[in-house]
Amino acid sequence: MTAAATEPSRAEAIRDDRVATRSLAARMLSRPEVGSLVGAIVIFALFMLVAVPFRNVANIGTILYGASTIGIMAVPVALLMIGGEFDLSAGVAVTTSGLAASLLAWNFGLNVWVGVFLALALSLAVGAFNGWLLFKTGLPSFLVTLGTFFVLQGINLGVTRLLTGNVATADISDMDGFASAQQVFGSEISLGPINLKITVLYWVVLTVVAAHILLRRQVGNWIFAVGGDASAARAIGVPVRATKIGLFMAVGFCAWLSGMHLLFQFNTVQSGEGVGKEFIFIIAAVIGGCLLTGGYGSVVGASVGALIFGMTQLGINYAGWNPDWFKAFLGVMLLLATIVNVYVKRKADLR
Amino acid sequence: MARTSKFAVLVTSTVAALSLAACSSSGGKQSTSESAAPASASGTPTMTVAFITHAAPGDTFWDLVRKGAEAAAAKSNIELQYQSDPDGANQANLVQSAIDKKVDGIAVTLAKPDAMKANVEKAVKASIPVTALNGGIDSWKSMGVLSYFGQDEKIAGEAAGERLKADGAKKALCVIQEQGHVGLEARCDGTKSAFPDTEKIYVTGTDMPSVQSAITSKLQQDSSIDRVLTLGAPFALTAVKSVKDANSSAKVVTFDTNEELVGAIKNGQVEWAVDQQPYLQGYLAVDSLWLYKNNGNTIGGGQATLTGPAFIDKTNVAAVEQFAAKGTR
Repeated sequence: MTAAATEPSRAEAIRDDRVATRSLAARMLSRPEVGSLVGAIVIFALFMLVAVPFRNVANIGTILYGASTIGIMAVPVALLMIGGEFDLSAGVAVTTSGLAASLLAWNFGLNVWVGVFLALALSLAVGAFNGWLLFKTGLPSFLVTLGTFFVLQGINLGVTRLLTGNVATADISDMDGFASAQQVFGSEISLGPINLKITVLYWVVLTVVAAHILLRRQVGNWIFAVGGDASAARAIGVPVRATKIGLFMAVGFCAWLSGMHLLFQFNTVQSGEGVGKEFIFIIAAVIGGCLLTGGYGSVVGASVGALIFGMTQLGINYAGWNPDWFKAFLGVMLLLATIVNVYVKRKADLR
Repeated sequence: MARTSKFAVLVTSTVAALSLAACSSSGGKQSTSESAAPASASGTPTMTVAFITHAAPGDTFWDLVRKGAEAAAAKSNIELQYQSDPDGANQANLVQSAIDKKVDGIAVTLAKPDAMKANVEKAVKASIPVTALNGGIDSWKSMGVLSYFGQDEKIAGEAAGERLKADGAKKALCVIQEQGHVGLEARCDGTKSAFPDTEKIYVTGTDMPSVQSAITSKLQQDSSIDRVLTLGAPFALTAVKSVKDANSSAKVVTFDTNEELVGAIKNGQVEWAVDQQPYLQGYLAVDSLWLYKNNGNTIGGGQATLTGPAFIDKTNVAAVEQFAAKGTR
């Protein structure tokens, strides 16, 4: 900018791409989340058009709930992907956390809150272990967390059966502390005609906090740096190891939050749950503009990705389309959203 | 070091203080009654039985089947090897490995009969007695299997449909938790044939929050639905929450039971459940192998032995409740 200002004649003579000022609109449009936002608007408009119950204000709560259970995990998964790593154990880790809280409280007759905090410690430990193993072995995170994914799946089933003799946890709704914990993790807020589950609040708060950290804090710069080029980041003094382990632990924390919702919403947890959800989190992050290679992406975009997923999933029901084709519709919608995303981004970059 | 030990003291004292306040005064493992150990062995020599099912990991239905099988094994001095895999080809491989181990008997579910046929026939050829349970009512006989214990899913579905008609229901929503599962489809189709105004919906069974919001959205979309028919106990309990979320007046009915579901029938949250007696299926499949080996008996006279459908509702739930509390109904 200063160069262009001091040498106006040259700047006028040859328009230099490198220092040209782009219009505000163009800069807005090239943000990673904008494509997904347009995708979300397209999907929203489509279902407003074809699905009558979708227009009912009272049903917003249902749609936001569906989106929030994905969004709570999509936010840390997006951060991790921007930091250049994957976590395939994220879906099963949610179940692990819910099982741990329930089984610890039930087996030892503890106050439910003790189980809740022990589960938090466990979830953070699982995240830290993923990160530690990544650096210890030097393997790609895809492999490391694939291992954790299978191990956790086995532990979920094995430990649950060992302690309870069944494959689901016992009902703990009659234990001390359950009622207050349910208030925190599984309650509902009424806003006029809309009933909002508390997960929606957590989702919004997480998105705002994570977006602030990513865009306005030093740690945010570190995340972009370690995802873009880890060796270069290390060379200029970014604590690569701490940043990445921290990101895995953030996924652990959110897995705990989701796990607690699972437990206190349904009173019991089935030990086989959560398999396959890790991909939905990653898909939400990718729809939201995260690159699979790391170093680029947006938390807000990931949340919009979760919203697209939630709207599509429930919109198909609201539209009353033939359920045999449900998955096919879902796939087409997601492709549509992603194509709109890519198209908008390419247009914006050209300007 | 001094700092470390101070920290250790702090942690220890915090833990100690917490643990005083940490105990729950109600619920938990302590308050559940221990189930009585099965009676002692039969006095016959030990035999090995491979019990191979198509159970998906974490499905509570199979807890009951397995407990029945284990009870029979304990009574009859049988060493039970329980294995399961929801994938047809993998389940068939488990049968092959049982043949390789030269077990004394195989109890197997035939939910995917075409995948299982070759290896089951191989076992029969190797003179290993085989019994079938739970799935495969149309195909067990042709494979040379001794007996079959289960329910006909189509008939069970029809029974549910008849019951809906008798209850005066107007429109039912049949919730399938696994797309492409033959047995679950047969239940819904059976229901539809007896109660035509039945609509299907597919949900992701491994993701409870999405099950809840999917059923909620369907109820919001179609307010004429006045019965939600789920095909597994955990989903019925989730459907109860969906009905509340959608402010719907629909009633929840279901296939299969577990301890929580029996409680839900008792307090009126769930109207009724179609019971196929999974414990009995597991028990009979194992014990019939013992009878065959030690006395040459076969059960059923060449016909399928039906363990269901029976209905559990408010009128008979009390009788089931005491067994459900032990985790065997």
